[in-house]
Amino acid sequence: MARLSEDNIRLAREIIGRYPKPRSATIPLLHLAQEQDGFVTNEAMSHIGELVGATSAEVYGTASFYEMFKFEPVGKFLINICGTMSCALLGAEELMHHAEGRLGIKMGSTTADGKITLERAECQAACTEAPCLQVNYRYRYRVTPQDLDALIDDLSSGALDAEIPAHGTVATVRQSIPADRGVGAVDPDDVTEGPAWLDGKAAL
Amino acid sequence: MSGGTWKHAPGFYEGDRPRIVTSRFEYEDSFTLERYLATDGYKGLRTALGRPATDVHDEVKNATVLGRGGAGFPAGNKWGLTPQGVWPRYLVVNGDESEPGTYKDRLLMERDPHQLIEGCLIASYAAGLSQCFLYIRGEMALAQERVAAALNEAYAAGYVGKNILGSKFSLDIVLHWGAGAYVVGEETALIESLEGNRGMPRLKPPYFPAAIGLYGQPTIVNNVETLANLPWLLQNGAPAYTAIGTATSPGTRMVAVSGHVNRPGVFEIINGTTTFRDLLYGDEFCQGIRNGNDLKAFVPGGGSAPWFTPDQLDLPFEASQVGPAGSMLGSGAIMVMDSTTDIPRAALTLTRFYAHESCGKCTPCREGGTWLERILSRVVDGKGTDADLDQLFEVGESICPGAFPHASNEKLGLAAVPFPYRMNTICFVGPSAYAPVHSALTLFRSEFEARITKRKLISVTAVGQ
Ligand SMILES: Cc1cc2nc3c(=O)[nH]c(=O)nc-3n(C[C@H](O)[C@H](O)[C@H](O)COP(=O)(O)O)c2cc1C
Ligand code: SF4
Ligand code: FES
Repeated sequence: MARLSEDNIRLAREIIGRYPKPRSATIPLLHLAQEQDGFVTNEAMSHIGELVGATSAEVYGTASFYEMFKFEPVGKFLINICGTMSCALLGAEELMHHAEGRLGIKMGSTTADGKITLERAECQAACTEAPCLQVNYRYRYRVTPQDLDALIDDLSSGALDAEIPAHGTVATVRQSIPADRGVGAVDPDDVTEGPAWLDGKAAL
Repeated sequence: MSGGTWKHAPGFYEGDRPRIVTSRFEYEDSFTLERYLATDGYKGLRTALGRPATDVHDEVKNATVLGRGGAGFPAGNKWGLTPQGVWPRYLVVNGDESEPGTYKDRLLMERDPHQLIEGCLIASYAAGLSQCFLYIRGEMALAQERVAAALNEAYAAGYVGKNILGSKFSLDIVLHWGAGAYVVGEETALIESLEGNRGMPRLKPPYFPAAIGLYGQPTIVNNVETLANLPWLLQNGAPAYTAIGTATSPGTRMVAVSGHVNRPGVFEIINGTTTFRDLLYGDEFCQGIRNGNDLKAFVPGGGSAPWFTPDQLDLPFEASQVGPAGSMLGSGAIMVMDSTTDIPRAALTLTRFYAHESCGKCTPCREGGTWLERILSRVVDGKGTDADLDQLFEVGESICPGAFPHASNEKLGLAAVPFPYRMNTICFVGPSAYAPVHSALTLFRSEFEARITKRKLISVTAVGQ
């Protein structure tokens, strides 16, 4: 619960190295911190600041702009129910009411056992499959109140633990650039010439 | 391949039409390098590298590949706007898809990530861009996984990185992902976000990041679908590309139709000729309005677009006709409302969206959006007054001065006010909060009035008893 772990520092350095300017790695590193602790801690933000060359206030300034970053613990499973037009036209409000009733909590809050947080979300780019929701950013489509009940049962019993990582982890596959294949990032101030292939001839 | 759920997202329908960007969607393993190579993958890149970069740029210009992110600016022309002799130049791929109703870029990233990667390579080669950042919306876990896995495969196989295919062309493609903020889809906000800042749009001018973009350098921002067109284009040539669609809107377009239709779905349609009627009622598309109901209204181009009614059904997917008719094609997203729809409430779901997504940089959007939402909620809840309806227009005027675009309507005796509008804001979020209110109130005023009258009746009764 704190600064980035040794493994994550190594990953963080690798990510920072891909950008011409270290600060560009701020959001990816915030995700890394949230993956480690389930939310973004103050210690992690000051650590990220050290790594990318920013103050912790600057890191917080960036982080607080984005919906996905949480600054206090949320449930192991974050259920985001879409409430934008296409979903609203097909029962999103009813689904939200049903979820609130079933879990005994209001949108925006967490169950007493810390398992599930309920949030109203905006268009999830699945509008033809309305109404839809995400659990830790994994989709469920054309969700009926019965589907939602079954989902909550499965989340509570642990049946979906293998499919859906705990809140904080988004993608489970990372990019990794092999040392012998990567071009490497260059600070734009150090570049004076155009790329080699713009010489008027075919590259191959 | 470790981790991740490899199940395809639903919603796409093939149909018997030319396919440029969805040709591999029929395969379960469409996202793997193996399938990609077995289906002509990376052949467009090979063709491109066999020609001088300027030739490739000309090919794209000749094909008039209109940007698919919303504004419809031709990609080849955009690439030509970078200032001479300023290096380095960057490519930023806009995969932030979050405009209400829009569902296509996510499919292209999940189902055919190599096609997008190949598009990035071709664009970078043609326009002399020395590094590519592929910005994917934060909430799209599977798209991030599929693109990450594809990039890892492509690097290992020599398609990305140093000396691609043994040539003098080298390019890193860096997968970057967001963290939830609609406005970041605006290209200058995308660049701010990529620099590690709050995702607020930049003041204009300069109007194009092509001049001053990432780290102050010339930067091309292109949408995922725009770039996904390039491999096919390079392989088949501009004449084959322009043979599909019309002269001003060549090729195909990905379109998502959602809401009250029998078969909501995502389709690759022929650009320029397919009409809204084809899409909503055609057998190969949405097969009519659900439950045999009548069509009340539809949003033709994403949540930001002014609304159409059945009067506009015969318009084709062609900007030069949709603009004068009072709306825009935007991001290829149609949302359909049938006769049972509660119009004020439907408008509220969109206005609330844009009001919440305001970054707060300009007052008309920050304040105006909140006002619109508050007044509209009041009306929807049956607590509005006649003055509220006038005030909605007044607040709208403070965001967009002058006549706001809307469709013609025969029954109401309305003539169309053409697109675009004037605006007092830096970006389109402010105007977008107003568009649904303006359309709903202009085309369906009686529904708002009914809500207010009902309140009057209730209060009169209460006083009387
Ligand atoms: C508020 C706002 C949100 C936008 N969101 C997106 C988006 O999610 N994806 C996208 O490609 N373009 C989006 N755009 C348009 C981009 O600013 C830009 O025009 C586009 O990415 C350029 O690519 P194209 O020329 O290939 O279409 C948005 C614009 C605005 C004003
Ligand atoms: S219009 Fe709204 S979202 Fe766009 S810059 Fe202004 S305040 Fe921000
Ligand atoms: S409106 Fe719900 S996914 Fe788009």
